[in-house]
Amino acid sequence: MEEKKAMVELRNLFKSYRRGGQVLPVLNDITLDIREGDFMALMGPSGSGKSTLLNLVAGLDQADSGTIHVAGVDITALSESELAEWRASNVGFIFQFYNLVPVLTAFENVELPLLLTPLSRRERREHVTTALNLVRLEDRMEHYPGQLSGGQQQRVAIARAMVTDPRILVADEPTGDLDRASAEEVLNLMDRLSREAGKTIIMVTHDPRAARKARSMKYLEKGVLAGAPEISFSQCA
Amino acid sequence: MLLKLVFRNVLRHKLRTGLTLCGIGVAVLSFGLLRTVISAWYAGVEASSANRLITRNSISLVFPLPLSYLERIRGVEGVKTVSYGNWFGGIYIEEKNFFANLAVEPRTYLELYSEFLLPEDQKQIFLRDRRACMVGRKLAKRFNWKIGDLITLRGTIFPGNWEFVLRGIYSGRDNRVDESQFFFHWDYLNESLKKRQSVMADQVGIYILSVANPERAAETAERVDRIFRNSYAETLTETEKAFQLGFVALTEAILLVIQLVSFVVIVIIMAVAANSMSMSVRERLGEYAVFKTLGFGGPYLAATILGESLLLAAVGGTGGILLSFPAAKTFLHYLGDYFPVFSVTPQTVLFQGLATLAVGVAAAVLPTWRAVRVPIIQALGRVG
Repeated sequence: MEEKKAMVELRNLFKSYRRGGQVLPVLNDITLDIREGDFMALMGPSGSGKSTLLNLVAGLDQADSGTIHVAGVDITALSESELAEWRASNVGFIFQFYNLVPVLTAFENVELPLLLTPLSRRERREHVTTALNLVRLEDRMEHYPGQLSGGQQQRVAIARAMVTDPRILVADEPTGDLDRASAEEVLNLMDRLSREAGKTIIMVTHDPRAARKARSMKYLEKGVLAGAPEISFSQCA
Repeated sequence: MLLKLVFRNVLRHKLRTGLTLCGIGVAVLSFGLLRTVISAWYAGVEASSANRLITRNSISLVFPLPLSYLERIRGVEGVKTVSYGNWFGGIYIEEKNFFANLAVEPRTYLELYSEFLLPEDQKQIFLRDRRACMVGRKLAKRFNWKIGDLITLRGTIFPGNWEFVLRGIYSGRDNRVDESQFFFHWDYLNESLKKRQSVMADQVGIYILSVANPERAAETAERVDRIFRNSYAETLTETEKAFQLGFVALTEAILLVIQLVSFVVIVIIMAVAANSMSMSVRERLGEYAVFKTLGFGGPYLAATILGESLLLAAVGGTGGILLSFPAAKTFLHYLGDYFPVFSVTPQTVLFQGLATLAVGVAAAVLPTWRAVRVPIIQALGRVG
């Protein structure tokens, strides 16, 4: 079987934050490849640097040193506005608390990223309808986030993340605020996106059950990649 | 989508939005009324004609000029018509019933003040009858006077009771004309004075001149004053506008305070609106971070925040502007004695509009700066 090329290449990545005159190292010399189409879980204790790593890969934050190549583009060399453009067309975001705009309907929330594209109104409608069909929420298009359950809101967020057909999806604790059934539904959906649509997915999670859905897993501890602990069914209970 | 977002954001906190709109509306209304008070103060100045000059005693308006100057002024090159008059200062029943009352030479006065519209039949009777008086429409309405009524004024400068027969009710050519004045024949005053206080007879408070060419008004004024230089009653001739401004200048400090207060009102509402916008934006920093995450830039965020602020200001400001008209009418109803001309001018509406725009823009500046500058991960609470 042919080895898939790396979609994300991290080389010697360092990141620290400054708090009250103190420098707090968060990531320490991270080197990592994530293959195209992989569904990778990033685990680790709180404060281990998982979210920071995700932010860097998604172009939301800047590394102190090191390089990040995504689909061959060195995003550490991009300016803030170039990074914004790059994010719009290459990255889909799924947040723990969905982060939908409450005054926009499900349809309008999904349509948001398409407003930055040259698509016509009709084309945008087609894309949004397809994305909402994919998450099986075509009958909830005109509902506002407040009228949807947590699981449904997260599915809208996934539709929003998918609608521009990005190369990678980053998810920060996507099931952290959901009940078990809704979490299962969301994870199955992400799994399908990875298997059927070939999306590269990086998911930060504390939940071993969620991590088991992923096809690979990395474990961060004190800002360093460590060997992954065994995940047992007892942890999932 | 941008407009949709702006409208829906405005309606998110209905109570807050309602209170902010009320605040802006009341502030713009207050600003408009204060500006209208200032305009009312300048009503006399605004109603001045460019081709009228006023000649008075150069020492003070309190000192009169001899009637004998009339023919000499008439003879000055550039002077077309000359009228004259005295401030009478009479009181109708009691002092609170104040209104301007003047003794004038009626024929020339009406010729000079063509903005006083008097029906021809009334005019003829008014000119013929020495005891006749002519009053403005508003004044007649105020005291329910009808043509033919006998009106008695108690003199303050010229003691005694003075009786007049109402022969004419004038109306203004436009809303800048004061319709609350009282005019009667100067001859009636003078003849009575000859009998009662001859020392005050044949004296004139002011001469009113019309000039053939308003552009040469200064030259004409200078010619008039030159004639009486070194006489016992030297004259000061100035344009009617300058003469009226002289009265306004007496109350300049009050006007300055009113102007200051009108601007303070706007500054206060700017702070209130900015506070309201800041609260809204602070609550939505996470949402703005999502917009930025999705690739929306600073200009888009700025447009949504500015749009919301301008919409709030526009709705509140328009309410304030629209309310100014009935409020001015109410104001006029109760304080018409002091402000005979009190109407919201197009200039005041323009100022109100500009103040509204300023409130909208100023209220959005800081919240926009904050929303645009805050790092995404900080706003999303994803540091660490």
